[in-house]
Amino acid sequence: MTLSVEIRHRQGDFALDLAFASEGGVTALFGPSGSGKTSVLRIVGGLVRPERGRIVFDGAVLIDTAGGIDVAAHRRRFGYVFQEPRLFPHLSVRQNLDYGRWLCRRAERRGDAARILDMLGIGHLLDRRPGNLSGGEKQRVSIGRALMSSPRMLLMDEPLSALDEARKAEILPHLERLRDELDLPILYVSHSVAEVARLADRVVVMGNGRVDGIGSPGEMLGALPETVTRDAGSVLAGTVCRIDRDSELATIALSAVSLVVPRGHLVEGQRVRVHIPARDVLVATERPNGISALNILQGQVAALSPREAGAVDVAIRCGADIVHARITELSVRRLGLLPGLAVHAIVKTVALDR
Amino acid sequence: MSILSEWSLTAEEWTAIELSLRVASVATLASLPFGLFVAYLLARGRFWGKTLLNGLVHLPLILPPVVTGYVLLILFGRRGPIGAFLDQAFGIVLSFRWTGAALACAVMGFPLMVRSIRLSIEAVDARLEEAAATLGASPPIIFLTVTLPLMLPGVIAGMILAFAKAMGEFGATITFVSNIPGETQTLSAAIYTFTQVPGGDAGALRLALIAVALSMAALLASEWLARLVAGKVRA
Repeated sequence: MTLSVEIRHRQGDFALDLAFASEGGVTALFGPSGSGKTSVLRIVGGLVRPERGRIVFDGAVLIDTAGGIDVAAHRRRFGYVFQEPRLFPHLSVRQNLDYGRWLCRRAERRGDAARILDMLGIGHLLDRRPGNLSGGEKQRVSIGRALMSSPRMLLMDEPLSALDEARKAEILPHLERLRDELDLPILYVSHSVAEVARLADRVVVMGNGRVDGIGSPGEMLGALPETVTRDAGSVLAGTVCRIDRDSELATIALSAVSLVVPRGHLVEGQRVRVHIPARDVLVATERPNGISALNILQGQVAALSPREAGAVDVAIRCGADIVHARITELSVRRLGLLPGLAVHAIVKTVALDR
Repeated sequence: MSILSEWSLTAEEWTAIELSLRVASVATLASLPFGLFVAYLLARGRFWGKTLLNGLVHLPLILPPVVTGYVLLILFGRRGPIGAFLDQAFGIVLSFRWTGAALACAVMGFPLMVRSIRLSIEAVDARLEEAAATLGASPPIIFLTVTLPLMLPGVIAGMILAFAKAMGEFGATITFVSNIPGETQTLSAAIYTFTQVPGGDAGALRLALIAVALSMAALLASEWLARLVAGKVRA
């Protein structure tokens, strides 16, 4: 699967001018509010016609303003999950879910309805009306409705942003299952580092209608300036190697070191990504004793990059992983930090609550 | 003469009631497709002359009914440009026929119907239609499965209003198709006729009570229907 996007579009004073490609998996469009992420998604979905642009999906041209091609939204077969659930109020949950399936040609139908219901945990809601569902349930039904229409790709526009923390935590594991179990490319718009860190395979960082960078979550999210997000930090991939039921903790093996995190819904052998906010990481030149933090990661200073307001981003190499720490310039001088110096990165387990 | 015979309706009066119901029903049902179309155009369309169309639709509401009836007579009369065409092409004659009464009632009720439907279209959340498009629904399918069901309460309200207007219509009807017993003499015209002849008081009162009863029944039925549909659409 490849999706290539080139857009030039003006909306009042705001101008979009960008190009990127997505190669399957989850591609996140990441950036602050007003950076144009949603506009890009709406254009890809066919809901807005760009002034100039060319979008090609798997060799099929969806829009080419120069060539006069514009495939209507209902013919693109892209599932779209909006910020708000947008369920049809006059239909039951079952009818909402069947809506797209009913419109899809039999030969193009794919995906097992029972599996989608199970994956999203909405099987017991079928006979209810959208009006009597909770916010989290509504959004899960809306994701299910998009999946049931047998889309070739799923477009998700901050599907969790309208929900509170508890509802987010309820839905995120479902999205991870979706990513892992369905062979469906996803374009995911978000301004939450935590969501992008957990879900994305590739991140397109956007600012002011342009692409600021494209890369893996680890590369892109670690180096973000605070002006973009306060949650900037490292994103590390690993495997859950041990679950300790007594203390409710899980151990995740990274390339060279391991991390102890709250157990949550993790299962042994699961591939996960952990997001470590840079401001939650301490740096020590000697191994500390008598400290409550469970994660003391041995590594070397890879780079020191000055940041705004007297802060410094310290990149610490632990095997193949880079852990970012945000500390003051004063601390850097007092500890005498230099690239190559052996240090310890210290992270509290509770700071890694997923 | 016994009191009973004083209060029982004559065959002619029954005809007037039956004719009124028929004229109002036909007027309402026949104008519905046009009402839906024009309301949709006014609510969603962006075209030159929209204000003009809006004004034209509302004209019968403001004009004296006699003027509306006279305009219909000029246009749809046997020798009128539209009337002559309908007569020659399809053999349809409207002037001095009950079908003409239905046309007059439809025109008079049209602004009320369009207004109500237009408001209901404007109240439909366009974001739901967008969602339907992303699920593979073409514009006609979206209209049938999302827009129309959601605007149904407004459509029903508009039909009730048009029906009520048609039941009470007098001025335009009598100007366009006159007051012919058995053909164009509706309930209102029959009451008017009674008031113009000596000793017609009892007849006028009888029909007036019938008119009150019919209006009341229509009102209750519409309330019930609207509640039923609203319950289906919401929650």
